[in-house]
Amino acid sequence: MRVVAPSAPVVLRERAPASLARLRTHLGPALRYSVLIALGFLMLYPLLWMIAGALKPNHEIFSGIGLIPQAPTVEGVAKGWKTSTEYTFSTYFSNTFRIVVPKVILTVISSVLVAFGFARFHLPGRRLLFGLLIATVLLPKSVLLIPQYLMFRELGWLDTFLPLYVPSAFATEGFFVFLVVQFMRSFPPEMEEAAVIDGCNSLQVLWHIVVPVIMPAIISVALFQFMWSMNDFLGPLLYLSSVGNYPISLALKISIDVTEATAWNEVLAMSTLALLPSVLVFFFAQRYFIEGVTLGSVKG
Amino acid sequence: MYTNRAAGLAYVSPFLIGLALFLLFPFLASLGLSFTDYRLQDRWSDAHFVGASNYVEMLADVTFRKSLWTTLVYVLLTVPLKLAFALFIAFVLNFKLRGINFFRTAYYLPSILGGSVAIAVVWRYVYAGDGLINQALTLAGFATVNWLGDPSTALLTIILLRLWQFGSAMVVFLAGLQGIPQDLYEAAKLDGAGPWRTFSRVTLPLLTPVVFFNFIMQSVQAFQEFNGPYVVTGGGPIKSTYLLPLMIYEEAFKYFEVGYASAISWFLFVLIGVITAIAFRSQRYWVFYAQDRERAP
Repeated sequence: MRVVAPSAPVVLRERAPASLARLRTHLGPALRYSVLIALGFLMLYPLLWMIAGALKPNHEIFSGIGLIPQAPTVEGVAKGWKTSTEYTFSTYFSNTFRIVVPKVILTVISSVLVAFGFARFHLPGRRLLFGLLIATVLLPKSVLLIPQYLMFRELGWLDTFLPLYVPSAFATEGFFVFLVVQFMRSFPPEMEEAAVIDGCNSLQVLWHIVVPVIMPAIISVALFQFMWSMNDFLGPLLYLSSVGNYPISLALKISIDVTEATAWNEVLAMSTLALLPSVLVFFFAQRYFIEGVTLGSVKG
Repeated sequence: MYTNRAAGLAYVSPFLIGLALFLLFPFLASLGLSFTDYRLQDRWSDAHFVGASNYVEMLADVTFRKSLWTTLVYVLLTVPLKLAFALFIAFVLNFKLRGINFFRTAYYLPSILGGSVAIAVVWRYVYAGDGLINQALTLAGFATVNWLGDPSTALLTIILLRLWQFGSAMVVFLAGLQGIPQDLYEAAKLDGAGPWRTFSRVTLPLLTPVVFFNFIMQSVQAFQEFNGPYVVTGGGPIKSTYLLPLMIYEEAFKYFEVGYASAISWFLFVLIGVITAIAFRSQRYWVFYAQDRERAP
């Protein structure tokens, strides 16, 4: 009895802080998860609403903010695909890819070649040139826009896809070169030196040794350029004038101008389809995006 | 590594050509054009040198002044809010939580898609008179707001559109947070520092290079905002979202005033340049680089 009696309050006293600590260790994460989930839901809601809207009859979009369509229909998709123009969205999709595919390929090739030059060669004025390369990342594009437009006009390239991808063949986007240079520098050149001693020329070294090693950086470059050129709006807006040459971005813009007050479901359906390639690519390759962003900043 | 200079030059030659042809030449040409009265459809022989009159006209132009003011308000609200928000979420995500990758993906997705016209289109519908936000407000018993039609709220919708894309800044912050050595936190704990002191004395100072990087990138980007006002609001109502890049575009390609538009574009360039230069100069007062400490005697 005597032994038990004093021990009881001791246990109580010990228990109180223990449960408090337990509460704290559980409450912290619980609070964090609640905030993260609520915020995530709020952030993704416009996207979910867009997808839901694509499958709703038009009047339903205005009669409730819920996500589940009461009377699901693909009418919006079918009508939206036809558009109010003489072309269907298949034309706009194929135009988009006729711009994006060459642009991505040219960007990858030119960025890797230039990055190899910067990372592995002693160049005259290398620091200055690399500084200029970084400066191009910060240079506001609006100051170049008008003369570039006039230049391509003089070349007779207006209303063709050429102004949209030819500059990419010349490593004009410094960010990509920088990203590849950073990646190359994180590898010691011993392997390459050994290959040179074995009689490889620099192009063989680049192709057989460097390229396989920097593959993650190459994928990051390709993915970012894919996203950015899928999203590009100002370029096509400036250079393309006939509707038959329009990519998706311009087609969407005319679709809201034409069907403004009426067919929201058609526009939302086409917006959903326009985002679909980017979303798929993002989910399958998000690792490379995150690596690319962090490589271009923190390690730099 | 390689000493063959000719080969090295050959590898960087695409960049040298691109730099000269697509960057330096247009850069100087727009400066030149800003001193002429060239109009888009004119023959080149019709262009005249007009001295600084485009710049004089610009400074007196009410539309330009309003556009400049709107741009400054937009940047001053968007960039700090976006960075604060990105840092906060990155900080929360940096705790060893299960499912962090899921949240990182969910928050990063809008940044990846955000530049798309499809998003701007959806945004216009979200804030439209009978759009998502107003329907939600009605449901909750509030009065609806004419978001896009009211000059006092239209810019807010563009700011919210870009705030929504805090993800890329967040990913950079997250990488920066994960790069902070654990032993510094342990040392702070041993010294009896609480969570706030640890954040303000350990985390934040070590994160300043990343804050600096994000600040520069986000500011340069914000000053060039075009898609938002062009697609969501069209620059209106009564020019309340008429940011400078949109004004440059319209002056050149809608009103054909190439000389005048070039002058505005150079003004914007100098403005961004001055702000970037001040930021770079200010680094030594607030940006903490670990190697400086090691180098110090």
